[in-house]
Amino acid sequence: MNIFVFVKKVPDTESKIRIDHEAKCIIEEGLSFVINPYDEIAIEEALRLKEAGEATVTAFSLGSDESIPILKKALAMGADEAVLLKEDLAESYDGLRTARIFVQALKTKYSDYNLLLFGKQSVGADNSQVPSMVAELLGLPQVNVVTKLEIDGNTGSAYREIEGAVEKVSFSLPAIISAQKGLNEPRYETLKGIMAAKRKDIPVVEVQELGFDGDELTSQLELIKMESPPPREAGKVIEEDPDVAAKKIVEYLREEAKAL
Amino acid sequence: MFLVFLEIRDGKIKKSSLEALSEAKRRADEMSMDVAAAIAGHNIEALAGEAFCYGASKVFVLENTLLSHYSPSGFAFALKSLIDEVNPTVILFSATAMGKDLAPRLAASLGVSLATDCIKMTANGGKLEVVRPIYAGKAFATFSFKSSPQMVSLRPNVFPLIDPLDTQGETVKKDVVLAEDNVRDQVVELLKAEGVALDVTEAEIVVSGGRGMKGPENFDLLRDLTSILPHSAVGASRSAVDAGWIDHQHQVGQTGKTVSPNIYLAFGVSGAIQHLAGMSSSKVIVAVNKDPEAPIFRVADFGVIGDLFQVIPPLKEELKKLLAE
Ligand SMILES: Cc1cc2nc3c(=O)[nH]c(=O)nc-3n(C[C@H](O)[C@H](O)[C@H](O)COP(=O)(O)OP(=O)(O)OC[C@H]3O[C@@H](n4cnc5c(N)ncnc54)[C@H](O)[C@@H]3O)c2cc1C
Repeated sequence: MNIFVFVKKVPDTESKIRIDHEAKCIIEEGLSFVINPYDEIAIEEALRLKEAGEATVTAFSLGSDESIPILKKALAMGADEAVLLKEDLAESYDGLRTARIFVQALKTKYSDYNLLLFGKQSVGADNSQVPSMVAELLGLPQVNVVTKLEIDGNTGSAYREIEGAVEKVSFSLPAIISAQKGLNEPRYETLKGIMAAKRKDIPVVEVQELGFDGDELTSQLELIKMESPPPREAGKVIEEDPDVAAKKIVEYLREEAKAL
Repeated sequence: MFLVFLEIRDGKIKKSSLEALSEAKRRADEMSMDVAAAIAGHNIEALAGEAFCYGASKVFVLENTLLSHYSPSGFAFALKSLIDEVNPTVILFSATAMGKDLAPRLAASLGVSLATDCIKMTANGGKLEVVRPIYAGKAFATFSFKSSPQMVSLRPNVFPLIDPLDTQGETVKKDVVLAEDNVRDQVVELLKAEGVALDVTEAEIVVSGGRGMKGPENFDLLRDLTSILPHSAVGASRSAVDAGWIDHQHQVGQTGKTVSPNIYLAFGVSGAIQHLAGMSSSKVIVAVNKDPEAPIFRVADFGVIGDLFQVIPPLKEELKKLLAE
């Protein structure tokens, strides 16, 4: 079985995000970047499937050379191969554009796959778009926000989280799955894995050379501006007897906030 | 035309879909456009009435037995055939679990871009501008569309419902031609999570607990509060979830759920940046924490420095009194 996992470099969730208003982008200087936490879960799932049977796991990332550490991380966890789809452009926040690049790479160069794994969203663009879009463009079944996955030969079942319930979905391979927290607990890299990843070559595929026509890669979303959210002002803080405090909370909610 | 997809759960149109329909009505009036709604399923025609109350003048009923259970491929296929026929200018979804699953699949089939989980929508001439939180709400980005139709999903609990109208409209039934092969990822079973009546993303009041709750049994104190408060649900910090005190579907934050309830009550939650990312768009935040330096107080509208175990019992009594009135 050939499993492809798609991984993205994102700012550490601890990050304070600063904005360059002129350039309409975030200021990357001073940020530390990590592998998207949901993508890490996707890699772990691929590795578990590999350990349970025969499989090759390949990690793909779209980005500049700065995404190489993310691919090295995937290799260090245990992925067999990694490929950089290289492009030096800033984030477009347009999921369709990213999906088209993946699909073109899959169709023209990497058409031998059984399972495509993603994170349910990148913590950053927060789009939740790419897995479903790739599924549609390739005509494949999709299950997003998956907390349990069972693969049996050429078919599978996945459990996906929805509001207050879980849906069980059956599908046949090849298929697209996106990982949610709870699917597994990602492993740490071993020292041996890190050393092996260091030595491993990461092939680079230039996005420009995937054979796109003129404006196919133009983002269809126009970014008008980027701003910090309106700051939330700290309100009243009291320190009183519990009975009094409880009364004051209710009073506040009813009289001032008019929320009850 | 604005076309709004309405999601059906438990035989009813979801409230967040009606929110999207209400917002469509507001914007469409400004832009002198019509509002239509689409529902998909089997034997669902009777649900059209509610859509008229919330602003639709026409409801397309996409009918096929294969649509009686949700599948993103089948639903996207059915919607695409409708859209090819009626050519809407704007397509709206609610950014629910289904909306986030289905809208991008449909967008790809139409070859258009999509703005997910928007919190504001304005009409600028004939075009829409939408605001979406990125980096878990640490930045807001405003977009317009170069592709058409303009496709948007709206965050639940953000857009108010309009006052129900007393009008009727036109129901247009479409028998969708659908082959088994168009339905490739169908839901075969729905498992209800135990003890979850309302999801945190849909609740109007969220009562959250963090590591300060000290153990799983104490989450009953919060469940008690939700049993008194209308339309409420229990939330949690990641620490509480990771400790195994409560299921991760309750987790609020950057790697949990983003909520925007009317009231967010935080007990024993320190207010780490990842937690704030998921709840700072709540309308009113109340925090109880024994540490006066806890960062949650920097975003709380009303804070109580104190022991949550001493504050919750009298709070419960006060709420009971108030809500009995
Ligand atoms: C990649 C990543 C993603 C993350 N995503 C999330 C996320 O989605 N959601 C999230 O919540 N966190 C997330 N975190 C974790 C986050 O950094 C914090 O560790 C977590 O939010 C802390 O949870 P807490 O506030 O419950 O616990 P603590 O920080 O330990 O705070 C407990 C609080 O309880 C108070 N307290 C204790 N006893 C009492 C009492 N008797 N009465 C009143 N107050 C009391 C204390 O004063 C303290 O402020 C993430 C972290 C990482 C690295």
